[in-house]
Amino acid sequence: MTASEIVIAVLASFGALFSLLAGIGIIRMPDVYLRISVTTKAASLGVGLLLVCAALYFREPSVTTKVLAIILFVLLTAPVGAHLIGRVAYMLGVPLWEKSVVDDLKGKYKGRSQALQSSEGTGGADSRED
Amino acid sequence: MTLYDFLYYFILPVLAASALLVFVRFFIGPSIADRVVAFDLLIVIGTGLIAIYSIITDQPTALDIAMIFALIAFLGTTAMSYYLKKSQRKKSHRENLPRKPKTSAARDSK
Repeated sequence: MTASEIVIAVLASFGALFSLLAGIGIIRMPDVYLRISVTTKAASLGVGLLLVCAALYFREPSVTTKVLAIILFVLLTAPVGAHLIGRVAYMLGVPLWEKSVVDDLKGKYKGRSQALQSSEGTGGADSRED
Repeated sequence: MTLYDFLYYFILPVLAASALLVFVRFFIGPSIADRVVAFDLLIVIGTGLIAIYSIITDQPTALDIAMIFALIAFLGTTAMSYYLKKSQRKKSHRENLPRKPKTSAARDSK
């Protein structure tokens, strides 16, 4: 193997390793919020490394641009999607892990009607949360 | 051992194993949010698989499909969360028609 192929092999190994860690994490983590936390980070890094392998292998401007666009898109959208689905999971009443120590949103949502309690003008320090 | 052998015999099986683990969570996931997260991760791992496959087969055209997969992953997560939120709001509106006592009880129990 030439030097560039060794670099590609090492990067692909790390990418596959992080993807495997995401797979293990989504099985082993105890509740949905921790699963979201693990999978978003690990999968973004793993897929980014695998795509960089493709860019290094082909070494054409069109492929490199495409790969950079995919990486940028994944890095932009993974946190947004994770936040959306985590928020919806909390609204649906998915329970937290029983060993969770802090729940900042506890009591902030009025029942299941998705209105934040501070939105009706209880004022004070609570009104900054949204 | 060439690069192609390494990718074919080490990287692709590892990626397939991780996709299998994610599919197990997709199958057993207790809540709908678990399944949405698992589906998202399945598509993202599929993007990585396509990248490796484009190296093995020497076809850079396959990266277009990877781009579409990344788009679909975000679109699927967003649409699922939107509709879950919408159905939940409709259900809670039906439940809370006699407004005052029920909301306070739900707030206390939460």
